[in-house]
Amino acid sequence: MSLRIVVCVKYVPDATGDRRFADDLTVDRDEVDGLLSELDEYAVEQALQIADEADDAEITVLTVGPEDAKDALRKALSMGADKAVHVEDDDLHGTDALGTSLVLAKAIEKTGYDLVVCGMASTDGTMGVLPAMLAERLGVPQVSLLSEVSVEDGTVKGRRDGDTATEQLEARLPAVVSVTDQSGEARYPSFKGIMAAKKKPVESWDLEDLEIEADEVGLEGAWTAVDGATERPARTAGTIVKDEGEGGKQLAEFLAGQKFI
Amino acid sequence: MAEVLVYVDHVDGAVRKPTLELLTLARRIGEPVAVALGSGAENTASALAEHGAVKVLTADAPEFADYLVVPKVDAVQAAYESVSPAAVLFPSSAEGKEIAARLAVRIGSGIITDAVDLEAGDEGPVATQSVFAAAFTTKSRVSKGTPVITVKPNSAAVEAAPAAGAVEALEVSFSEQATGTKVVSRTPRESTGRPELTEAAIVVSGGRGVGGAENFPVVEALADSLGAAVGASRAAVDAGWYPHTSQVGQTGKTVSPQLYIAAGISGAIQHRAGMQTSKTIVAVNKDAEAPIFDLVDYGVVGDLFEVVPQLTEEVKTRKG
Repeated sequence: MSLRIVVCVKYVPDATGDRRFADDLTVDRDEVDGLLSELDEYAVEQALQIADEADDAEITVLTVGPEDAKDALRKALSMGADKAVHVEDDDLHGTDALGTSLVLAKAIEKTGYDLVVCGMASTDGTMGVLPAMLAERLGVPQVSLLSEVSVEDGTVKGRRDGDTATEQLEARLPAVVSVTDQSGEARYPSFKGIMAAKKKPVESWDLEDLEIEADEVGLEGAWTAVDGATERPARTAGTIVKDEGEGGKQLAEFLAGQKFI
Repeated sequence: MAEVLVYVDHVDGAVRKPTLELLTLARRIGEPVAVALGSGAENTASALAEHGAVKVLTADAPEFADYLVVPKVDAVQAAYESVSPAAVLFPSSAEGKEIAARLAVRIGSGIITDAVDLEAGDEGPVATQSVFAAAFTTKSRVSKGTPVITVKPNSAAVEAAPAAGAVEALEVSFSEQATGTKVVSRTPRESTGRPELTEAAIVVSGGRGVGGAENFPVVEALADSLGAAVGASRAAVDAGWYPHTSQVGQTGKTVSPQLYIAAGISGAIQHRAGMQTSKTIVAVNKDAEAPIFDLVDYGVVGDLFEVVPQLTEEVKTRKG
């Protein structure tokens, strides 16, 4: 039987760009280019490797986001995913983590799945809570923050490197896994992959398709509110010296002056 | 006064510092009730009482160690239902965030992660967050349900505030999901004897300029002279020179120490995201154009293998 893998990805503002807030204190997506969150590339890569090891597997890449978020799906398809689902609805603007997990969970259930693969966090919100929320909503095991992952005979295994210990984890499918940036370098799409991606199916669903009411999501439905955002004042220029043989001593003098020594 | 649940991060009963910081922040909102789970949970009581816990709810069962995360969610939910708190606070550790996430879904409450400050507000606790690689500071609150908030280490100075800290056994019945993810084995990390990276007052980090694993002792020697933790940039970690658990940056750990010393680190956005909120920033780098110099309070343009050992010697001399 085919192993159905769903990879959740996010389209995020480029971290090297000038990220800002819009007037409604949501992320301003117009002022900076977006791309597939780098940490989700690792999820796509691990899904591809798991699919390679399986007799028969199909990878669906799933995102929730505005029109431009299709770019993230295209990137994943050009890496080798088989098909894509784009959840897009004007009422989704401003949805927070809890709302996003609701939308993703409904979409995953509608697609059908044996394994959900996520990145460890998005590179914009960086909360890192979504995989756990998805597992909770779907009622399946979470096998999260893995630096190594494999699937065999309906069991997912992985290694989790924590602050105080390294753990070997194991769960029966269906399950939700998340992978870290230590799981293995993500492949670059080949020219062939990029051409093939153009022909792969991308389905678009809205809230009605997922039987979600508009007031459950969006800025109005959010479980959290941002009341203010202030730009951090620019640092005042520091002292910079060139080492002429006494650089270490000068630095020690500075640290002593600041009472660090 | 409203009660505030505080999830206790401890290792065999030894309470980790971020939990004591949480207790300090919790007292601004209400009366802290601590939840300590797993082996040694009861031994946490005296440290928690000393820092303001009016009550310590404890539970131990093999499930907490043998299965991932969910048994602890079941326990915190049981505590939540018995206390009806005004907020539930967690340390922003990997596990803390995951328990918080699942609890938020279960109780239908909003969640805020990685707060760097917390204060009482008219409509519930207000959390300060540092976002977009610390370029912005936001004020947020939970608008639905009981606020579930995770707080970063070093967000408050620990204050002693003796309280009763009465230990009570917490009744937990585990959910069907509790045994879903088995912890097959656990290998404790070898202690370096240095402070924990995210908790340290001083962090010394090495990057590409260190040139190889064999040169990292230069960075470690400076760290040891200052009683600091050792960090590494992603470049150094990806090259295999230093363990990933020491990586400072967007995909590693975020640190906010009193003093951050970057040796041989250029200061790519990825790294800056992880250290930009450090109080004082110092860098040593050969390249005068390195972006790290835009952030520093004091920078030395020079060879780190000349400057850092000289600094280490000077620190040792001055400390006597």
